[in-house]
Amino acid sequence: MPEPSFESEGVIAGTAMGAATDLATTDAETLHKRPSAAAEPGPGGTEPAGKPRSLWSDAWRDLRRNPVFVVSALIILFLVVISLWPSAIASGSPLKCDLAKAQQGSAPGHPFGYDGQGCDVYTRTVHGARTSVTVGVCATLGVAILGSVLGALAGFFGGLWDAVLSRITDVFFAIPVILGGLVLLSVVTSNSVWPVIGFIVLLGWPQISRIARGAVITAKQNDYVQAARALGASNSRLLLRHIAPNAVAPVIVVATIALGTYIALEATLSYLGVGLKPPSVSWGIDISAASPYIRNAPHALLWPSGALAITVLAFIMLGDAVRDALDPKLR
Amino acid sequence: MGRYVVRRLVQMVPVFIGSTLLIFLMVNVMGDPVAGLCGDRQCDAATAAQLKKEFGLDQPVWQQYLTYMGNLFTGDFGTAFNGQEVTELMSTAFPVTFRLTVVAILFEVLIGITLGVVTGLRRGRPVDTGVLLLTLVVISVPTFVTGLLLQLLLGVERDWIRPSVSPAAPFGELIVPGLVLASVSLAYVTRLTRTSIAENRRSDYVRTAIAKGLPRRRVVTRHLLRNSLIPVVTFIGADIGFLMGGAIVTERIFNIHGVGYQLYQGILRQNTQTVVGFVTVLVLVFLLCNLVVDLLYAVLDPRIRYA
Amino acid sequence: MRGATNAGWAACAVAVALAATACGGGGDSGGEGGSGGGAVLSSSWTDPQNPLEPANTNEVQGGKVLSMIFRGLKQYDPKTGEAEDMLAEKIETSDSRNYTVTVKDGWTFSNGEKVTAKSFVDAWNYGASLKNNQKNAYFFSYIEGYDKVHPAKGEQRAETMSGLKVTGERTFTVRLSQKFSSFPDTLGYNAFVPLPRAFYDDHDGWLAKPVGNGPYAVESYTKGSEMRLTKWDAYPGEDAARNGGVTLKVYTDNNTAYTDLMAGNLDLVDDVPAQQLKNVENDLGDRYLNTPAGIIQTLAFPYYDKDWNKAGSVKVRKGLSRAINREQITDTIFQKTRTPATDWTSPVLGADGGYKEGLCGEWCRYDAAAAKKLIEEGGGLPGGQVKITYNADTGSHKLWVDAVCNSINNALDNDRACVGNPIGTFADFRSKSTTQKLSGPFRAGWQMDYPLTQNFLQPLYYTDASSNDGKWSNEEFDKLVDEANAETDPARAVEMFQKAEAVVRDNMAAIPLWYQNGSAGWSERLSNVALNPFSVPVYDQIKVG
Repeated sequence: MPEPSFESEGVIAGTAMGAATDLATTDAETLHKRPSAAAEPGPGGTEPAGKPRSLWSDAWRDLRRNPVFVVSALIILFLVVISLWPSAIASGSPLKCDLAKAQQGSAPGHPFGYDGQGCDVYTRTVHGARTSVTVGVCATLGVAILGSVLGALAGFFGGLWDAVLSRITDVFFAIPVILGGLVLLSVVTSNSVWPVIGFIVLLGWPQISRIARGAVITAKQNDYVQAARALGASNSRLLLRHIAPNAVAPVIVVATIALGTYIALEATLSYLGVGLKPPSVSWGIDISAASPYIRNAPHALLWPSGALAITVLAFIMLGDAVRDALDPKLR
Repeated sequence: MGRYVVRRLVQMVPVFIGSTLLIFLMVNVMGDPVAGLCGDRQCDAATAAQLKKEFGLDQPVWQQYLTYMGNLFTGDFGTAFNGQEVTELMSTAFPVTFRLTVVAILFEVLIGITLGVVTGLRRGRPVDTGVLLLTLVVISVPTFVTGLLLQLLLGVERDWIRPSVSPAAPFGELIVPGLVLASVSLAYVTRLTRTSIAENRRSDYVRTAIAKGLPRRRVVTRHLLRNSLIPVVTFIGADIGFLMGGAIVTERIFNIHGVGYQLYQGILRQNTQTVVGFVTVLVLVFLLCNLVVDLLYAVLDPRIRYA
Repeated sequence: MRGATNAGWAACAVAVALAATACGGGGDSGGEGGSGGGAVLSSSWTDPQNPLEPANTNEVQGGKVLSMIFRGLKQYDPKTGEAEDMLAEKIETSDSRNYTVTVKDGWTFSNGEKVTAKSFVDAWNYGASLKNNQKNAYFFSYIEGYDKVHPAKGEQRAETMSGLKVTGERTFTVRLSQKFSSFPDTLGYNAFVPLPRAFYDDHDGWLAKPVGNGPYAVESYTKGSEMRLTKWDAYPGEDAARNGGVTLKVYTDNNTAYTDLMAGNLDLVDDVPAQQLKNVENDLGDRYLNTPAGIIQTLAFPYYDKDWNKAGSVKVRKGLSRAINREQITDTIFQKTRTPATDWTSPVLGADGGYKEGLCGEWCRYDAAAAKKLIEEGGGLPGGQVKITYNADTGSHKLWVDAVCNSINNALDNDRACVGNPIGTFADFRSKSTTQKLSGPFRAGWQMDYPLTQNFLQPLYYTDASSNDGKWSNEEFDKLVDEANAETDPARAVEMFQKAEAVVRDNMAAIPLWYQNGSAGWSERLSNVALNPFSVPVYDQIKVG
């Protein structure tokens, strides 16, 4: 096999945790890092010059051509549709269970068989999508908003703001997530998804906050920001118009990846007995209920796990693709 | 450098106080722990009051916290409800979890970085795509499913490993649990290394090194790898704290009597002293890891200096 | 810092830094002996919830150890459950209130100390005394003077109970505060065992390594992971251990324990997880035991909630009872390790002891149509939905609550008529149920302390009794129980208790679900495995090899 020469290959490095570089960002005030190399001019100079293109339109153009993006977006679209109208493809009730059929394999009209309580696995898997997607999407939105606002404030104002906010971030970051879930959710009696979402937001925001802070600090040092400041732009204008658009990319990337892990986290919490409560129907509940039956009724574990894996996969691939598209260096 | 370390250590104090207070409040939210002590029978009022007094539960929360922190500085981590000293539990639990974490980190470093380098150098080839898919699958399946599957397949069907770990928990028995614990992080490390390697491959110093005619092995290990490790080290450093505290699921499946097990028991029995004590130590580990990681930057990247 | 050049060093530094912080001083006690040496067997265990003091242990796992290292005045026969003399030479009374106890000669603790009348009296006084925080103190509440050493309110006014008097080296007298004819039969309970001086003189040392007078002695106790017990060779009793010892291994999850049994790392599992029951025959063949135990599962109701305590409530409760397909659930979920309940006691009591099969009659038989009708007549479910509250952390409660709810839903033809309401921890569940914070039926399991009908009825249904969490109250029931307790003729007493039980039935004070069996699976090395009526393995009879 010929040795790949280092120069020949174009660079497109898509990684899920690319932005995790910033996971444990160091204090910018004390740690001086050479500013990263300015964005290299991309090779894609085929577009006619003169027509200004924003980062976003560029990204969108790239994304549409990326098969990974198209596939993952289609999967997610499908998930959203069945979350909104589960009865379209599974007309039965997920709560209708007949113990006499417990653990039986597939039967006509019940392609995935029955679980330990005699519930139809197909119906439950389809109806479980709504809860799992709701948990993923809402928790991610909450984490992204809370985290980026606090992170941006810390990064932009620096000084005391930064010191206080960063220490608070550390406090929440230091609490082990599963442990926090066990403690906080064990006292919850509501059977809605909101306590679980709230818990994820409470312990998840530091991750985004650190990334947003790092991104804002980097963007703040750019010449155009200094220029705008010299021209007398207000703080809010600086932050919203000039810095935010350039700092939002890493947040989006990490958030899409985090979304997948949050869905998986709900399953783990259910396994530990503190996740969603009946009569909620979710993949997490079904996976944890089916896992002890793995020897007798593997199908009851397989389908919800498979659905969960595909969903998480779709969101991670989406995040990957978005990351590639938003990174001008990779163009 | 010395000043930097001192400053960081001073900054740890508020974070330490904050996190312990937070966990203290969280555990307190869980409600009255005494009711569970009497089984399916109601504790008689006199005994319940007596127990509360003995554990200091009759005082307001802030006072409980102050007393607790006061005791902490004298090395007294309190006593669990079943009369076991928390320090005694720690002395058996932490070594076990420490070994488990070492195994997990070794997997991350050895397998994760190796796979990362291989895929980073051979991007787009079948091996790259294969590993990529594998890591994605690992990330998307919950740990407890992976753990239960491996336990059943390797421990019962094949008889290659012990399905549970003995109380002494020697390294040999921790290999599979360590792998399960590391699996998700392993996938992240692989992907991080891959990106980093791929990015640095076309940097000037690598080109220079190749132009100088250095052997390929030397270019990869001395120049490319060292410079690509910063994000990886950052991740692994932060991960140590998570692995130690996040082993609740793994330790439960493989019946390892480590930190995760004690935390889980502590929470189920609403044992404030155990939970807060263990989390306090975990927070310390987490903070120190962060510091060590930041110091390591300077080792890996000479451009970084500390004020 | 700049001198260091390679990444390998970096990884080391992380490890070293960690070792210094996390691992400081943690010594390794290496080398696991396993169960290979001699004829020692290993058995699954859970870390006891309370310190291992006899009067402070109220759950099975701690009780397991106590039953191995202690022998009391009475011992319950592993098969029949009957209370037989163990250390008691004779227990005499003429009025069911004043008892004279004579302790057998020749018994010692495993540290050589003689077991005397004082060993008992001191231990009982210790157990009853408020200042010692013993959670089973109420077992001594029948003894005169208990209210002084353990007042319901205020300071303790006496150190010892006036009803206990040592009258000789081997004799003591007990005076009760009221007539209680079956008092001698309760003396087999763990709280009544004698204690050696070491218990008081070096309490911490004793807790670290308890010393008793039973067939086994504690060799080592690693808190949170295992306890090693060895046969006490000089044990004076007839039920000396037939094996070299027992190693109790702590498991967090009984599924893991079962997996370990299959893999050959464990000899005895005394709580086969419900999810594995279907495989038991395949995995273990005849190395599996499923015998009745003195445990009944019921659904209790919150009578402090007006919704459950109005005119039609009895019909609603009876309707719910008839909507539960007990046969199907015990067959499918529990693989016949539970038996559908037809009364409120347990078959282990035997017909003479007060168990009356079919006492519940049609009210415990599944009939969807009748159930629907009854609930409608009773005014429907309060709020249109019942929530069955249970603790999700232990056992297989989620499994059966879901199944019960599905059964009710199917019977009533309404998907949401019944939902489970899991509570994260047992402590929280108990705290909610004992402080009257529940708004629907809740799990109420009862494991007998001693095999008497009284123990299945009085603590659960007597007004303000210790386990009457639903606060059910019925004058007629209370009166019948009082009369039964004062009755000196056992057969007459049983008759009275059954009358009281009929009152429970007519009001459907709690819905009886099923009698729980004890189950155990063991490795090929073991033989002669049995469970006693408390579902604890009879360790001393097990043969290894």
